[in-house]
Amino acid sequence: MSLITVRQEGLYCEQGGFYIDPWRSVDCALITHAHSDHARSGANQYIATHISEGILRKRLGNEINLQGVEYGEKLKLGNTWVSFHSAGHVLGSAQIRVECGDQVWVVSGDYKRCADPTCAPFEVIPCDVFITEATFGLPIYEWDTGEETCRQIYQWWQSDLERPSLLFCYSFGKAQRILGELCKFSDRPVYVHGAVHVLTEIYRQVGVKMLETISTTEMPRSHKYTGDLVLAPPSAHRSTWMKRFVQPQTAFASGWMAVRGARRRRGYERGFVLSDHADWSGLVNTISQTGAKTVYVTHGQSEVLSRYLHETYDLNAQPLKTLFEGEGDI
Amino acid sequence: MKRFSQLFQQVDATTSTNEKVRALRQYFYDEIPENAVWAIYLFLGKTRKRLITSRVLRDVFLQISNIPEWLFEDCYAHVGDSAETIALLLRHSPLEAQEKVDRPLHEWMEKVIPQVKAVQSEGELRDLVVSWWASLEDTEIFVLNKILTGAFRVGVSEKLLVKALSAEYNLAESVLAHRLMGDFEPSIGFYRQLIQTDNEEIAPSQPYPFFLASPLDEDRFQEEEPARWQAEWKWDGMRAQIIKRADEVFIWSRGEDLITQQFPELVEGFQLLPNGHVVDGEILCWEGDRPMNFNALQKRLGRKSVTKKLLAENPVHFVAYDLLEHNSQDIREKPLLERRNLLVELLTSLSTSLTTVSTSLSFSSFADLQELRERSRQQGAEGLVIKAKDSPYLVGRKRGYWWKYKVNPMSLDAVLIYAQAGTGKRANLFTDYTFALWHNGELVSFAKAYSGLDNDEINELDKWIRRHTIEKFGPVRSVEPIQVFEIGFEGITESKRHKSGISVRFPRILRWRKDKPVEEIDTLQTAFELLKTIEQSN
Repeated sequence: MSLITVRQEGLYCEQGGFYIDPWRSVDCALITHAHSDHARSGANQYIATHISEGILRKRLGNEINLQGVEYGEKLKLGNTWVSFHSAGHVLGSAQIRVECGDQVWVVSGDYKRCADPTCAPFEVIPCDVFITEATFGLPIYEWDTGEETCRQIYQWWQSDLERPSLLFCYSFGKAQRILGELCKFSDRPVYVHGAVHVLTEIYRQVGVKMLETISTTEMPRSHKYTGDLVLAPPSAHRSTWMKRFVQPQTAFASGWMAVRGARRRRGYERGFVLSDHADWSGLVNTISQTGAKTVYVTHGQSEVLSRYLHETYDLNAQPLKTLFEGEGDI
Repeated sequence: MKRFSQLFQQVDATTSTNEKVRALRQYFYDEIPENAVWAIYLFLGKTRKRLITSRVLRDVFLQISNIPEWLFEDCYAHVGDSAETIALLLRHSPLEAQEKVDRPLHEWMEKVIPQVKAVQSEGELRDLVVSWWASLEDTEIFVLNKILTGAFRVGVSEKLLVKALSAEYNLAESVLAHRLMGDFEPSIGFYRQLIQTDNEEIAPSQPYPFFLASPLDEDRFQEEEPARWQAEWKWDGMRAQIIKRADEVFIWSRGEDLITQQFPELVEGFQLLPNGHVVDGEILCWEGDRPMNFNALQKRLGRKSVTKKLLAENPVHFVAYDLLEHNSQDIREKPLLERRNLLVELLTSLSTSLTTVSTSLSFSSFADLQELRERSRQQGAEGLVIKAKDSPYLVGRKRGYWWKYKVNPMSLDAVLIYAQAGTGKRANLFTDYTFALWHNGELVSFAKAYSGLDNDEINELDKWIRRHTIEKFGPVRSVEPIQVFEIGFEGITESKRHKSGISVRFPRILRWRKDKPVEEIDTLQTAFELLKTIEQSN
């Protein structure tokens, strides 16, 4: 019996009559988290964690029909029991557990196992079938702790106080994680691009502790930012927005920065290895901890990870074609 | 090794020239000459001999690791570098804890690493390499792997190195660049010579750094007074320096290879030159009054021994451009016209037909130059080189003194049929493309190209390739024949080795023709017609 199948609209649960992170318009959509490849507009009804509500409304519109749930709260949908469990990816991110008869399936969404001061830690949910991401599903990807990487970021910022330090990173999740980790090293305010600002404010509203931030939109264009740290989304790199900074030092924080070639062709002066996705050990350990005998691998290195799980752990593991994207493209 | 790999990390972590120079300076300041000279040697990529191939290193790794071979291959495809892939993966294969010893760089290079030459068996080699890995930290392992596989070229150009040394030791960059040319022993003696302020005797074989022309900036040039400039044909041969010192002739290529052996007739001819002279010019295979196809020269370079037959079938000629040393005096600072006059005088006295001074073409306006350029193919040249008559002979590529004005390349519209991921900076990005032309209703591959697209286009095409793959053959993917490109090239010749029957020289992408459907690309027939016209004009 299959609890979840892939349809044109997305991951579908027939017994429950709902979709998970659908990529087309559907009636009922359960959302693992608010990144744009998982939360798309057009559903008649959304169900997601309470804590992700602010960001979802910001991204999909205030008027969406959204039902919020607590982590662990059980919902009866059709013939299934559904619950959301922390995925440790970003604020409010969840794995979705679906139970029907004696079967338990878990859809991981995106997740990580490293500590992150801005979201609840990943919870291992025992299941029969685990549908996992594999963005960084190669053993070359192994992360240091976020604290260690942010220590390097802090040192980089402090190494040149005569220039502005521009750090590019995802505006939702990564930027706030950096602002959270940096509390351990600094108490200076950090400037943020407008896109980062909006999301950071939502994090603050739910009580996440981060360094004080000032939006660059509030500053006069002539402001110098000498010795300041500025966070901005990668799309702002080499944009007109960036022209206001005189000879900034630039860096990019992403899991892809683990590989020299990727680092060099990006054109940033520095690359910091920081990801909100599980690294290789994180993926392999999580899968084995769930006890699942069947594993479907969605986006990223789905073929590699499936083959490895099959050969090494003798699991029934298969790639599953979806439209999820993980941590952008290289 | 710790200090050296720290330096490596510093220069590798940043793309900022100032940061790199700062790190290098600090290193030269901190380090003893024994280590510093090896650092220079390594950064310059002088260790050309591979001590261990990437394949052997990989096999050693696979023997001690629980990573299956296919997974290693997938990782390698992502990283694009064996040395780095192994270093990254070793984090999963805890080696027997060993005391970490920090041996100095020179000890590694002179005593430790040379041990590989003495090993008797594969097992011994494996144990040796594994014991090294076990004694090092992550980055050090990467650095060691790079040294072992003989490809230690990492983010530090010669220019940067020279800049750092120049700042640290207060020496002119041109002096340092000169002292670093050619072969040298990474010894303390060499290092002392390198950084000493007074100019001592240099090795007789030592070449000068080449000065290179930049692509012509037409707008800027049109404002120039034509009388200030001199024009010559730009030959498609091999740029070389011929040195006569201490009764011996040395020939150097621009890639700093000593190629004396390949050209015995030039050695014989230039033997007559008085000692203390260095001539810059171009080696070409020559027939009558014009150069032969570049393939002819390639044959001369490819052979270990130069046979009589080869000498007779592919005779060479040296077109002299410049004189850098005259009667043991470095005359690079003198104006070009003066150097040229001395060159003419010198070579006339040789009275040999093996060499001629490059002809100075007459022109009185920019329009004349454009016209000359149009005629260059008929001369067997690939355009013009335009030099300021008062220009000194500088180092590297400095804009404003020498310009190259190349003919527009020949071009054909072709469709992308295969793609392969690049290596290094382009790892995991499909950047090696194969293009095809129509031939009797089928697509026949005719050229490979790696360059010509900008980064945005590369990324766009990469995504497209991933979504339109038909089949995967190892690292190569065949893709739906949809994307059309205008492929430019410098020359076209018949070739039996290629399925299409032709081979093109320096193919590159000129334009992505999104407007053009695959039905309208060129045919092999068109390519052969192009070939015919070229041959006729010859």
